[in-house]
Amino acid sequence: MSEPTAVPSAGPPDLPTAGPARTGGAGSTPTRLRGIPEAPAGGRRRRRPAGALLVGGAIVVAVVVIALVSFVWTPHDPGIVNAADRLQTSSWRYWLGTDRFGRDVVSLLMVGSRTTLLVGIVAVGVAMLVGVPLGILAAMVPRWWGELLMRGNDLLLAFPALLLAIMLTAVHGQGIVTAMIAIGIASIPSFARVVRSGALSVMKTEYVLAARAAGRRPVGIALRHVLPNVASLVIVQASVSFAIAVLAEAALSYLGLGAPPGTPSWGRMLQEGQELLFVAPRLEVFPGVCIALAVLGFNLLGDGLRDHFDPRLEDRR
Amino acid sequence: MLLRLAERTLIFLVSLVVSSVFVFGFMVLLPGDPAKVALGTNATPESVAALREEFGLNRPLLEQFLSWAGGLVRLDPGVSYISRAEIGPQLADRLQVSLILVLASMLIAVTIALPLGTLMAVHHRSTLGLGLSALSQVGVAVPAFLAGILLITVFAVQLRWLPAGGWVPPAYNPVEFLRHLLLPALSLGLIQGAVLTRYVRSAVLDVLREDYLRTARAKGLTPMRALVRHGLRNAAVPVVTVLGLQLATLLVGAVVIERVFVIPGLGSMLLDAVGNRDLLVVQDVVMVLVVAVLLVNFVVDLLYVVIDPRLRTGAR
Repeated sequence: MSEPTAVPSAGPPDLPTAGPARTGGAGSTPTRLRGIPEAPAGGRRRRRPAGALLVGGAIVVAVVVIALVSFVWTPHDPGIVNAADRLQTSSWRYWLGTDRFGRDVVSLLMVGSRTTLLVGIVAVGVAMLVGVPLGILAAMVPRWWGELLMRGNDLLLAFPALLLAIMLTAVHGQGIVTAMIAIGIASIPSFARVVRSGALSVMKTEYVLAARAAGRRPVGIALRHVLPNVASLVIVQASVSFAIAVLAEAALSYLGLGAPPGTPSWGRMLQEGQELLFVAPRLEVFPGVCIALAVLGFNLLGDGLRDHFDPRLEDRR
Repeated sequence: MLLRLAERTLIFLVSLVVSSVFVFGFMVLLPGDPAKVALGTNATPESVAALREEFGLNRPLLEQFLSWAGGLVRLDPGVSYISRAEIGPQLADRLQVSLILVLASMLIAVTIALPLGTLMAVHHRSTLGLGLSALSQVGVAVPAFLAGILLITVFAVQLRWLPAGGWVPPAYNPVEFLRHLLLPALSLGLIQGAVLTRYVRSAVLDVLREDYLRTARAKGLTPMRALVRHGLRNAAVPVVTVLGLQLATLLVGAVVIERVFVIPGLGSMLLDAVGNRDLLVVQDVVMVLVVAVLLVNFVVDLLYVVIDPRLRTGAR
């Protein structure tokens, strides 16, 4: 992936050949100033982040496609209990075997991806709806109020998603909605924090100063200038938070606090399979791999997007 | 420095108060009468009224809050609505078990992350660095409880080297204690180690680019000696922050791991209480966990001052 021998793009400016031999390449710029190093967006520097972006994006797209396909087609009906076919190993009929009720594991995994995505979308949606305005607000109000808001925000960090969900469950009883809201609330602080730090630097720019001098109202400035400029930060955070939400949902369902019985979910499959660990460990491996792959996908996508939006951070993560 | 200490202490104390109000409010103001919840389906209006009277649930909210919070300060978390047992002694036992588990996991995580993260940073352009980086990325994606299940599958089910779960107090049998501790601590520690490795890598990478490190190289130190003598101390500041945040994650991760390995820690106590609708126990355990998180953050804040002399003057 890396090219140790290549000239760094910020290399000596008097180098006669700017960048490695890209002449004749389809993407080579027609007018290249001699002695000026190539822009970072040229080609070489983007190659590394593109790896994470492509792999992560591919995994995420695959999960979404599988979830969509599960609405119209699964190899078997995941709800059908078939005692004769219980605990089958892999075969042509059941690609990944069956569970202790004789349900097809592939079909369960496919339908389970819906739960994963639904929880992620709702949780991240809740977190964004509250966290983004909160972060912008904390950047636009006088400094003292902003600090106070952020202190409160930091305090919420002391309540991880799992703890909030357990508290909510204690009062409301288990349920997927409870889990989604709890994970969403717990994800608010990270959005607020990221957005505020981005918004603070936007507020210092001259165009915002000009807009304020022109008498534009704060809401207008927030929507027209701040929001578009922090959008990339929000997208990256959304991807990372999605990964966290997938992990949290899996843990909650595993504990029996998330998806109720009858709702296929990867975490729930792990819980149901654990009793049979000595008999059929594969029932734990398949949903486990799915969870890890989905989380890996969203994490890589987040990393890739971060590098894409801000190539300076390329080596940081 | 004193000013900074005072400021940090004040923030810590205020956070304690605010979060206790939050936890209390969460449990009390949400729909659902704890007495009704405790009695479940057998609730009659009379029995609910009697229970409310017995546990002081019909007093004004402020009074209830003060008596609960005051009890916590005096280390008396009250009596369970369900079992009528004192919560305090059980809480102390369970906390001890969870702390042992968390500290052992932390030790494993740090032991993995410091050398590996540094190695990854020093070799960040080579195949070795990239390979390790990819490996840590996979580690981050695996939930700790899944790692636990997989470790059980391999070491308890297949190889039969270690027990699949349970807990032996260290005073009872130290060898069995370690055998029972190893798998749960590994499952938490390995995953957390993967997360920490990435932070160590990025912190060391930042330091490697600093001018003072180039100067150290220029005066003839080898790369490794320059890093050890001048770099690692500076890389420590962000790493300590993450360590603090991770201790919090570990405490909550332990909740799930305790369920996987059937360990009688705070997590099992919390989940059992949720299952039994024992709301005061839930409230107490959550509060203990939150206090632990806040306390760790507070200590991390104080540690900065020790690690980074620039912060001692009070200048930020």
